[in-house]
Amino acid sequence: MATETIKSKQTTPKITERISGSEAIVRSLIAEDVNIIYGYPGGAIMPVYDELYKYQDKIHHVLTRHEQGATHAAQGFARISGKVGVAIATSGPGATNLITGIADAQIDSTPMVCITGQVPSHLLGSDAFQETDIVGISTPVTKWNCQVTKAADIPAALAKAFYIARSGRPGPVLVDITKDAQFEEFDFSYEKCLKVRSYVPVPKTVEGSLEAAATLINSAKKPFIVWGQGVILSEAEEQFKALVEKAGIPAAWTILGASALPTSHPLNVGMLGMHGNYAPNKLTNECDVLIAIGMRFDDRVTGDLSKYAKQAKVIHFEIDPAEINKNVKADIAVLGDAKDTLSLILPLIQKNAHTEWHQKFKDLYAIEYEKVIKNDLHPTKQGLTMGEVINEINVQSKGEAAIVTDVGQHQMIACRYADFNKTKSNITSGGLGTMGFGLPAAIGAKMAAPEREVVSISGDGGYQMTIQELGTIFQQKAAVKIVVLNNEFLGMVRQWQQLFFDKRYASTEMTNPNFVAIAEGYYLKARKVTKREELAAAVKEMMESKEAYFLEVCVEKEDNVFPMVPSGASVSEVRLA
Amino acid sequence: MNTEKQLFTVSVYTENNIGLLNRVSAIFQRRGINIESLNISSSEIEGVSRFTIVVNVEEENIKKIIGQIEKQVEVIKAYYHDDDETIYQISGLFKIKSDLLFEERQIQNIIKESSARIVTVNKEFFVLEKSGKKEEIDLLHRELKPFGIMQYTRSGRIAVTKDEMKISTLLETYNN
Ligand SMILES: Cc1ncc(C[n+]2csc(CCOP(=O)(O)OP(=O)(O)O)c2C)c(N)n1
Repeated sequence: MATETIKSKQTTPKITERISGSEAIVRSLIAEDVNIIYGYPGGAIMPVYDELYKYQDKIHHVLTRHEQGATHAAQGFARISGKVGVAIATSGPGATNLITGIADAQIDSTPMVCITGQVPSHLLGSDAFQETDIVGISTPVTKWNCQVTKAADIPAALAKAFYIARSGRPGPVLVDITKDAQFEEFDFSYEKCLKVRSYVPVPKTVEGSLEAAATLINSAKKPFIVWGQGVILSEAEEQFKALVEKAGIPAAWTILGASALPTSHPLNVGMLGMHGNYAPNKLTNECDVLIAIGMRFDDRVTGDLSKYAKQAKVIHFEIDPAEINKNVKADIAVLGDAKDTLSLILPLIQKNAHTEWHQKFKDLYAIEYEKVIKNDLHPTKQGLTMGEVINEINVQSKGEAAIVTDVGQHQMIACRYADFNKTKSNITSGGLGTMGFGLPAAIGAKMAAPEREVVSISGDGGYQMTIQELGTIFQQKAAVKIVVLNNEFLGMVRQWQQLFFDKRYASTEMTNPNFVAIAEGYYLKARKVTKREELAAAVKEMMESKEAYFLEVCVEKEDNVFPMVPSGASVSEVRLA
Repeated sequence: MNTEKQLFTVSVYTENNIGLLNRVSAIFQRRGINIESLNISSSEIEGVSRFTIVVNVEEENIKKIIGQIEKQVEVIKAYYHDDDETIYQISGLFKIKSDLLFEERQIQNIIKESSARIVTVNKEFFVLEKSGKKEEIDLLHRELKPFGIMQYTRSGRIAVTKDEMKISTLLETYNN
């Protein structure tokens, strides 16, 4: 027996090569099919940059202008490609600058691996130059993290990092590697991680739950589907559409679920939540069966929980068991990957068309159209509206563009009005609501899908939080289209001040620079629009540009986003004005 | 379900890795829950650690917390139990001036009646150890206090459940 084992080991020898820890990092990335990474160098990560220089033909490193930009770019890349985004940074300030992007990725379930350099291990804990406890700092905002102090541990740590980041409910992972481990030499070999003991990425579907869910759906008179990003993350778009169509159920989306079902689909009844559409918000409190798919009942979606869908039986399709009953009690929980569970339930669903019930959504839409949408998209008053800009982009892009938004009024308007014909077309910061997300995320999105038109839409406030990434756009020749909707206000906050703080506009007015000159300073084509007559031509010029293009549109200063569910109110108290 | 706050013993089986204490305690911290006592030790399974955490919360809340604990990559399994479902102990150590042991008859009686154990005695001080329920240790503390206690400390709760926790079988399924 013993000799046999030795023999079999000898016949399949592990191929190892003596290399440094830093080379091992780069080789591990290559083994994980990474060919683009975003980052910023510094002392504690320099050995890795030196290796990146050597491996330029295999991995393209994008130098962002701030580490936060690197994380958002990695997120944009991940969101459009479905692959793991990678960001790297040096120790101390480099590492802490990653935190906002990591927190954003955590709450929005974006697969990301961050690698940080760390001071040499003999200095750990000594307050050495540029030392921070990044593992401690990032613990609450990572799916998993670890520190590596020996070169030999690098391949396994990175393999585990990639596996955890991308499997199950995806998320960000951080691996902190000391400088001595980067220099140390060892016998390198790489094995992909296929499982981690104690980690169950996809829970088993509880026996009978699919049948129970199907029975409930089949017997429902007023069923309503609310879906989230889970549909996109599990690539279940096809199965999802099949279910919606077969069962004939009106379906509405959370902001991160947008684009999983085309905007034009007859059963797509719009957006949920605080600035969502009128009908889906109102009718949440009238449906008899609420079918939640890959969404987590965020408070921006549910409003007052004690008045949320109390009349309805709730079915929750979900990959993360911790989401079940977290906010809304589920009568039936269907655990598992949405692609699997939706495929399995489809044959159990009876063909149906809830025509009368669906008509209620259409009736309420008509009211919303009259009171809100018409004025947003086809205004007759003088000032330009954000909605008409989005509408013009829809026209020129034929609804094919990937829309990357920042955070604020423009975000709500863009998500409400953009046409999404293709899945993975709406890239925005949902759970964290991170201003400054848009511009760098657009860089990553464009690099992941160079064939797609990527339009970044920001407000004048958020744009200036990561405006320096124009430098990255210029250096990388990333042909993103950048639109700033300038209302000279931190618009969303101003709206709240108007509605809930007696119009006391405390520190929300912005005196802005010459945005066009700044863009031109980065050698980008740029144009500013102040009048309606100029809009169509400018958007056309932008969309036809082969290079990056900056468009500033001066919009009405004090426009508001409606409908609105005031914070803490019930979804049926949605206001139209 | 009981909607009133009550004491629960949470048992968490984890991989023996650095950083998990942070992750687990952060879950309580984020929800503003004060941990009454915490003990981490090895468990019946090699390489597997066990956290025993005592908290005072509503049952609905503890269920959600268990879900979030189990979600952590290196957590194998988490359970919660009320006091009736567990056998639990804590331990208290009392450091007292040695003179008292010989001069105060009453102290000798207290030691005898409480079935506390003398761990060590030297010229300056002696150390008493008492294991049991928190109330028993509190009682001993109250009785000894008037005589002067040089140092006093109490451990976190340790507990075993009356029911089986099938960790070994669970680990086997993970390994397959
Ligand atoms: C980093 C960060 N800081 C503060 C906020 C709070 N906040 C939400 S929306 C908003 C205003 C956004 O203004 P602007 O970027 O001009 O967009 P607009 O609402 O005018 O479209 C602010 C300050 C935030 N979401 N993110």
